Amino acid sequence: MSFEWSAIWAAWPDLMAGAWMTIQITLLGLIGGTIIGALSGVVVTYVPVIVTRRTLFWSVVAVVAAVALLRLASWLGDGPLAGVPESAWWAVRLAVLALLGWRFLAWIPLALSFLAQVYILVIRGTPIVVQVMFIYFALPLLVNLRIDGFTAATVTLMINSGAYIAEIVRAGLQSVPKGLYEAGQAMGLPFHKILARIIGPVALRRMIPTMGNQCIISLKDSSLFIVIGVAELTRQGQEIIAGNFRAVEIWGAVAVIYLFMTGCIALALKFIEHRTRIV
Amino acid sequence: MSIVEFKNVTKRFGDNVVLDGIDLSIEPGEVVVVVGPSGSGKSTFLRCINVLETIQGGDIIVNGHSVLGPPAQVRELRREAGMVFQQFNLFPQLTALENVMFGPIHTRGTPRAQAREQALDLLSKVGLADRAGHYPGQLSGGQQQRVAIARALAIKPMLMLFDEPTSALDPELRHEVLRVMQDVAEAGMTMIVVTHEMEFARKVGSRLIFMDGGKIAEDGDPETLLSQPPSQRLRDFLQHVA
Repeated sequence: MSFEWSAIWAAWPDLMAGAWMTIQITLLGLIGGTIIGALSGVVVTYVPVIVTRRTLFWSVVAVVAAVALLRLASWLGDGPLAGVPESAWWAVRLAVLALLGWRFLAWIPLALSFLAQVYILVIRGTPIVVQVMFIYFALPLLVNLRIDGFTAATVTLMINSGAYIAEIVRAGLQSVPKGLYEAGQAMGLPFHKILARIIGPVALRRMIPTMGNQCIISLKDSSLFIVIGVAELTRQGQEIIAGNFRAVEIWGAVAVIYLFMTGCIALALKFIEHRTRIV
Repeated sequence: MSIVEFKNVTKRFGDNVVLDGIDLSIEPGEVVVVVGPSGSGKSTFLRCINVLETIQGGDIIVNGHSVLGPPAQVRELRREAGMVFQQFNLFPQLTALENVMFGPIHTRGTPRAQAREQALDLLSKVGLADRAGHYPGQLSGGQQQRVAIARALAIKPMLMLFDEPTSALDPELRHEVLRVMQDVAEAGMTMIVVTHEMEFARKVGSRLIFMDGGKIAEDGDPETLLSQPPSQRLRDFLQHVA
């Protein structure tokens, strides 16, 4: 068979639209993922949750108690207290939250760390295709929340990359010698300043290679959103081929466009690495 | 009024008692040299003073602040006590000058220009004015430790703590650090120095403390203790380090 360049030229505008969609999903996903990952990474690193039989027991008790309370509230709301106005219910909810927060103030970081670890466990432990289908197809049935494909794809990538970035952040923070932390403490700096001014800058430089890895992986993972029909690059390629059967030309072009995009990320990383002193 | 006061201080790591009912007071201007065999609790003793370690019994008062106080008070206390570490612990992403400027800017709120002027002055006092723009990785161990001393002095502490400041250095680099420490002592700074440098203890120290098994075994004038050790334990120790 002959290689038809004209097939690529004809498909070019559609391929570019797909590439643009891929870039948007990846960029937004990674920005969100970095925020989620940085927060959970810091919490997981500095608030160790020691898993013993006792802590396990109490976390189960806490979950059971919370579920029972919610059940009781909804039963009361439907039955005996049906006439109570919505504003009163909100007041009760806030009061209960405030009471719990005040009583278990010291436990809040522990609870956050525990939740962050469960989040990382669940997201790293399930395929991204399942995650996006769950958000796109299952969430509307569960909580009556309908979202479009682009939003589903972006949110999935945020949640997915966030879990991996949390571990990248943890590795980066843990790689910084403990002595630097102590030097900050000995100066009388509060924790947030030690983190922002001393540990953070050192850890960030060490995270550059692994963060680059994650950017490339997330960009390529966005091709899996084909399963919910988002018009990203891979999906565009597939639709074009369905019309002209030019598999060699179109898949070749799609691959080259991906390679170009990941190449740009790799180059940008090299640039950043050369600009910042790696310590 | 004493600047550091230990009141029946106990420190444990698990079941291991590291400090066993220490009572001690240190007056302003004293240069206290702490020696003792490895595992005697001398580093822990020092680290309890600025709350890098927490104590399990008793209390330590540093310039009016208790180590058992709330976090804000502990931070205030730490600003009164400059610390020099065995491993220097300079901030690797900052130059020597920026390392020295860091403390005043971030803990005392000193304006940048003023902090810079101060830092340059301190760097020249430790003999490193020409290395101001170098990163820690570009300096020798002795130079790094001198920058670390300047960094600790920059927050204008009442008291300086030295945790084996020369132990990580090659022998020929030690004296440049000891020289700077002597200058600091001669300027009237109160110092507590954990070290194996007996020569420094004799020449610069105004008081020698010999720790053994979590207790203060000897406490007195360095010259007397070193030339006529009153106990067999100290005689044995001195034979091993000499």
